[in-house]
Amino acid sequence: MMQDWANWGIETAKLRGATYADARVMDIRQRDISTKNGEVGTLAESETLGIGIRVLAGGAWGFASTDRLTREGVQACAAEAVAIAKASALAKREDVALAPEQAYVDTWQNPFLKDPFRIPVERQIDLLLAADKEMRRVKGVTLAEGAMSFRCIDQLFVSSIGASIHQLKMQSGAGIVATSFADGEIQKRSYPNSFGGQHTLEGYELIESLDLVGNARRTGEEAVALHSAAQCPEGTSTIILGASQLSLQIHESIGHPIELDRVLGQEANFAGMSFLTVEKLRKLKYGSEIVNVVADARLAHGPGLGTFAYDDEGVPAQCTPIITNGLFTGYLSNRETAAAIGETRSNGTMRTESWNRLPIIRMTNISLNPGTWKYDDLIADTDDAILMETNRSWSIDDRRYHFQFSTEIGWEIKNGKKTRMIKNPSYSGITTEFWNSCDAICSRDYWTLWGTPNCGKGQPMQTMGTGHGASPARFQNIKVGVAFAK
Amino acid sequence: MTRTRAKSKPNITARRANDGVRFTTADLEKIAERVLKFSDAEETEVEISSTTDALTRFANNMIHQNVAEHTLHISVRAVVDGRTARAATNKTDDESLRRVTAAAARLAKNQPEYPDLLPMLGPQKHKRVPRFFPATAAATPQDRARAVTRVCKMAEKNKQTAAGIFSTGEVQSVLANSKELFASYEETDAEFSVTILESNSSGWAKANSPDVREIKPDALAASASLKAADSRSPRELPPGHYTAILEPSAVLDLVGFLFYDFAGTAVLDKRSCFNDRMGKKIFGDNITLWDDVYHPLQAGAPYDGEGFPRQEVLLVDRGVPKNLIYARATAKKMKTKPTGHGFALPNEYGEAPMNLVFAGGDKSVNDMIRSTERGILVTRLWYIREVDPYAKILTGMTRDGTFLVENGRVAGGIRNFRFNQSILEMLSNVEMLGPAVRAAGEESFEMVVPAMKVCNFHFSEVTKF
Repeated sequence: MMQDWANWGIETAKLRGATYADARVMDIRQRDISTKNGEVGTLAESETLGIGIRVLAGGAWGFASTDRLTREGVQACAAEAVAIAKASALAKREDVALAPEQAYVDTWQNPFLKDPFRIPVERQIDLLLAADKEMRRVKGVTLAEGAMSFRCIDQLFVSSIGASIHQLKMQSGAGIVATSFADGEIQKRSYPNSFGGQHTLEGYELIESLDLVGNARRTGEEAVALHSAAQCPEGTSTIILGASQLSLQIHESIGHPIELDRVLGQEANFAGMSFLTVEKLRKLKYGSEIVNVVADARLAHGPGLGTFAYDDEGVPAQCTPIITNGLFTGYLSNRETAAAIGETRSNGTMRTESWNRLPIIRMTNISLNPGTWKYDDLIADTDDAILMETNRSWSIDDRRYHFQFSTEIGWEIKNGKKTRMIKNPSYSGITTEFWNSCDAICSRDYWTLWGTPNCGKGQPMQTMGTGHGASPARFQNIKVGVAFAK
Repeated sequence: MTRTRAKSKPNITARRANDGVRFTTADLEKIAERVLKFSDAEETEVEISSTTDALTRFANNMIHQNVAEHTLHISVRAVVDGRTARAATNKTDDESLRRVTAAAARLAKNQPEYPDLLPMLGPQKHKRVPRFFPATAAATPQDRARAVTRVCKMAEKNKQTAAGIFSTGEVQSVLANSKELFASYEETDAEFSVTILESNSSGWAKANSPDVREIKPDALAASASLKAADSRSPRELPPGHYTAILEPSAVLDLVGFLFYDFAGTAVLDKRSCFNDRMGKKIFGDNITLWDDVYHPLQAGAPYDGEGFPRQEVLLVDRGVPKNLIYARATAKKMKTKPTGHGFALPNEYGEAPMNLVFAGGDKSVNDMIRSTERGILVTRLWYIREVDPYAKILTGMTRDGTFLVENGRVAGGIRNFRFNQSILEMLSNVEMLGPAVRAAGEESFEMVVPAMKVCNFHFSEVTKF
């Protein structure tokens, strides 16, 4: 039926005057489980099925979506999309032009070993409750939380140029958090990452690999120990960032500013613009010579939340060099913005949250390539620094220059050794100054493709999962401690 | 609009015939009846919403995205042996409705007992809150495009660039359960937001209302245009502690971070900034706020996720946190009465006040400017995040219209600041309050808040534009 629904939409759009049309039928299944202090919190499953139809008519865009999947419902949706496009043409400056693309006919599914929806839900709850119990065994833990989520996206893309692409993506994710309230202070530790844990394009094998129970006790102990740790000093310091914190730094200070729709002003009212104006391409020294960043949606890069075979505009997954030996070399584009800056082809980053949302430019897997350092050698090579791990808060201006991050925990590095614990670590800076101060990156042995499941962009808002590979890295002369300065 | 099913059959008058795309409230009620019929769980609850939203998006003085969506959400909660779980679908055929009710029961069976679970509510009385405006529901893409075209032309005439959105939408929802609770609610929503850009400055304005006739795109664009012009060639000021004049949108996006702290569950979980602070004076005398879904400038249904009627609750009285809000289960644990603020079950967060209203004052923003020797006027804030949940330190940036105020006058635009500011301290340092208005921001849902003049606000760093 998916093919029929899509064809009805495309045919109706063409009959109504569309010069181009594409349709996405998406059938999405989700399971969410959470626990708190020994009890089940959320326990829910959902499914949603519908069609989104995007058209060009009168030289302008229109989009409509519906979950009434009768012939009448789909045809009404397509007609509405064309009517909206004609209204858009009332306020156009020039006709939309698209970079050329072939029409692909293909089927793809990401590999996974264990379908999480076939794992009994009681087994998943038991795992979270076991980790919860371990965290609460630590005296001083006042709140123990755990969560798992699974998402299966079955989607068909059909376009008026003849594309027909069927993809199935399975995502899994889980994490635990211990919180301690004492002496007028709230401290928390998360594992394996904050804000939902780790999320990848894999099956239940991801959850089993995380060893939530085995890491629960330490997570609780560190949350409690933070109360008696030393406050992060205020000043300028060398910092070493753990891989998960660095993945968010990449997301905010590289991933977002390279979105070409931002650069061209299309997000100016909400998400903002970018300091990476087009004259800076292949000219700006974004980082030091050891900084190499790619946008890679191919499965060969890993099972990231930004991995797929084709984007939601029918363009194949690609690997684009974003920063090459420190030089800014690439944007994230779609067919429209690629044409607007004279590129010959989109690099395939159009993605949509669901059938009821218009695809927009989104990060795929934006990753910092591994360096050469062994982690122990990096610590041994560092005289005086703060090691910061696991994000606690993040904020960056609307052109992606000035950022401030804080992490859950820090460690003082003195004379090549990891010494005392630091609480409330924070650092801030200007994006290009920060990346140019990078003087050491750990090797592939320490590299992880982290998932960020909660990236918001667009109006109406869309939440998207993105991937970010990183290994621990060192940065010189960074401002620290400003967040808590009086 | 809400009523009990036990006393009378629903008296729904459809506003339009079913047009093949949209569902009416009567359609939703029929679906709810089928769900309840298909369920063999001990107790069953069904929440159904039908949403139609359209949004016209413009940038670079032209429409570049223009969308409409029609979505249905059917969410079923089952109770089996003292356990509960939820399943949802958007499919309305018998097989799908049977499957979703069975899924909710299957999930419920396969979990530990839910110790705080209370029986579902029976019929309730809900106050009427008329928030459906036919003019909003009838808005067309052409209506939105015409308003956007005027704004883009104004920007072009001023050698400026406009970007923004104009959206209109409606939602119908019903909540019913197997104990004969039945509630329904419908509302419309309209929003216009505009950023006007120059080469080195920008201005912004936004408004939101259930009634599209209350939205004035031309006036909002003119205000944003003036801010962009007035902040040209911004100078850089050193970071530090300044008197800040925060327009309502900026206030909203800061105080919005307090909302979950008022939840009884947040206090039980010891993650609220009001732990050990209830009944103590922690804000200034001029800070009073409450939660009130019935306030004429508010929006939202008059019942919570279980169908319990929302109550008006005084949260802070002249600087002293007085009351929290409670879902039914939280109220039982804390030996008090529910306030009608619970989320749909099951969930781990309990409840939250979604309709905050601040007591305002009588000073205008111009009064605040005239009384200020040296300070910063802030139009809007951006990317606010919590740095410390108990000290309630927030960080974020100013954006789209930040000005130096000197000797009672606006003295020009300045480069945007980062701030790190405790909200507890900020609400102890409020020197002037404007009238409370329905404010729209980007970090918080809409609330009724005033402009504020605040002393000793900590702008910690400055960016490059």
